[in-house]
Amino acid sequence: MSAITPTDPVATRRSRPFTDRLRYLWYLSRRSPLTLVGVAIILAVLVMIVAAPWLAPYNPDKVSLTSRLLPPSSAHWFGTDEVGRDLFSRVIFGARASCGAAFMIVLISTAVGVLIGCFSGVVGGRVDTAIMRLMDVVLALPALVLAMALAAALGPSLFNSMLAVAIVRIPAYVRLARGQTLSLREQVFVKASRTYGASPFYILRWHILPNATSPIIVQATLDLGGVVLIAAALSFIGLGAQPPTAEWGALVSSGRSYMLDQWWYATFPGLAILITAMGCNLVGDGIRDMLDPRLRGR
Amino acid sequence: MMMTTGTAEPRGQALAINNLSLEFPTFSGAVKALDNVSINVAKAEVVGIVGESGCGKSVTTMAATGLLPKGRYHITGGNVRLFGHSTLSMDDSQLQDLRGKVVSTIFQEPMNALNPTIRIGRQLTDVIMRHEEIGLVEARRVARDILADMLIGEPERVMNLYPFELSGGMRQRVLIAMAFSCNPGLIIADEPTTALDVTVQAVILRLIQNRARRTGTAVVFISHNVAVVSQLCDRLYVMYAGRIVEHGATRSVLETPQHPYTQALLRCLPERVAPKQDLEAIPGAVPNLLQPPAGCYFQPRCKEAVEQCRSRSPQLAGEGGQQVACWRRGVAAELPGQGGRQ
Repeated sequence: MSAITPTDPVATRRSRPFTDRLRYLWYLSRRSPLTLVGVAIILAVLVMIVAAPWLAPYNPDKVSLTSRLLPPSSAHWFGTDEVGRDLFSRVIFGARASCGAAFMIVLISTAVGVLIGCFSGVVGGRVDTAIMRLMDVVLALPALVLAMALAAALGPSLFNSMLAVAIVRIPAYVRLARGQTLSLREQVFVKASRTYGASPFYILRWHILPNATSPIIVQATLDLGGVVLIAAALSFIGLGAQPPTAEWGALVSSGRSYMLDQWWYATFPGLAILITAMGCNLVGDGIRDMLDPRLRGR
Repeated sequence: MMMTTGTAEPRGQALAINNLSLEFPTFSGAVKALDNVSINVAKAEVVGIVGESGCGKSVTTMAATGLLPKGRYHITGGNVRLFGHSTLSMDDSQLQDLRGKVVSTIFQEPMNALNPTIRIGRQLTDVIMRHEEIGLVEARRVARDILADMLIGEPERVMNLYPFELSGGMRQRVLIAMAFSCNPGLIIADEPTTALDVTVQAVILRLIQNRARRTGTAVVFISHNVAVVSQLCDRLYVMYAGRIVEHGATRSVLETPQHPYTQALLRCLPERVAPKQDLEAIPGAVPNLLQPPAGCYFQPRCKEAVEQCRSRSPQLAGEGGQQVACWRRGVAAELPGQGGRQ
């Protein structure tokens, strides 16, 4: 008998070389220029985070009382604040606190949420019901109120407010991961795997998690923009980063009182928040379109 | 192939289901999914179970391998012996050790039965390494050999592909390879060709049959397609509404069907109808097992039903290896297979 082979010409390579993958990504993103804009913004922010000391023309904390509240000029692109610190340098260094906090929040809530969600979906029954009701309770807490409570209890700090936001964000991921688990659990390949002797842990690790990642990644990137805003908002009302630290929300907050005469003080940090949040959302939309072609173009 | 007759085979049973009765409790009452089902499969024997959708074919085998969802069913009687293991009383981890090593299943939906995110080779070696004490290199060799055995050209290349890169027939071969990979003593093929193109069906069935013959594996074919089963099986069980209504050697069941249901089932085969003639259908539907009819379950749809059929349910009886559960057994045999009706 002769061997029967598939005739699919695509199926001839083991794995694409790296450059091919990059080209494919480029091809996908070229179809939506907005995603490219988002990617550029995120990359710029990342560069700011990593290379802040080299990018910033001045020490962000250096006080110079002779040059306070100067308008934007070639020496101080974004002007200076009430004690003469260079705002451009402070915005660049502020990316560390603002975006670092946002990344951490999303990372923590995704990790914890997915873990709880998958567990809940796999175990099912009363444990599942209990977990989901608990999540409903957490969902009912407003992030800002919880942050205030934590700040009151533990003292205001960036870490405490991050914790509060992360806790409030967890239920979204729990629900997502649980929903994915429940639908994947009924897939034929999961049932088939059981007939070959797979343990529940194996099924969770190799069947459910890999197949549940794409909606979770989309949710996380879309969340990032919102979290940047929340982190800034917390600092703005004084619950997050404390004054000497350069942080966008805190900068806007202290610039607020100079709004009428020194417009640049609050405007540039505010623009940084706006652009970063927008960049995250654009990338999130782009990733969703790439991972779910059915939604493309909507 | 060895022909086995009778029920209790001392010479090595692969699967012995004895008087298994099973219920699914639901909000509106217990659904009696299986009623006194006995199925025996000797080692290296190929047995077919045929019947309409929802008559309990799959439930029987799933119950026997402990795959039904825990707590959603009640065994109301009977027992199961799988190579001497009493599967009904085993716990989860014991069952996991058994599945894949002692009994394997081939599913009817090859398109969905492989994980889309893992390469073929990895899925195969994971199953092999789950049950055999061998390393990855050795496991890959075993996987390659068995894929080649399934007439897959370039198994090495196929192992590095993802499932979506394969056609349905190829995926079914991979699944058969997976089922055979740890040399189980029994394979349950649950409608393995239903989702496949007719041109591939015969090849797939032949693959299962050849491999099973060579390795002495017993096979249970579940199908609603009598034509498929007739080619491969030594013995046939005909199920209706959770009961075995007839069983015996394939040839005798197909050539001299006794039970009115078996006869009707055979008349419904499109192959048996001349061109431009109407296809036959069995009037009525499978009874609602929440409130099963009194007596014989087939009686509401049966043209030969008499008073006795409506009051008492018939038991399997008969000689010469062919058994039938029908009060009018023998009467049907005198009628010719076709015609004489309507």
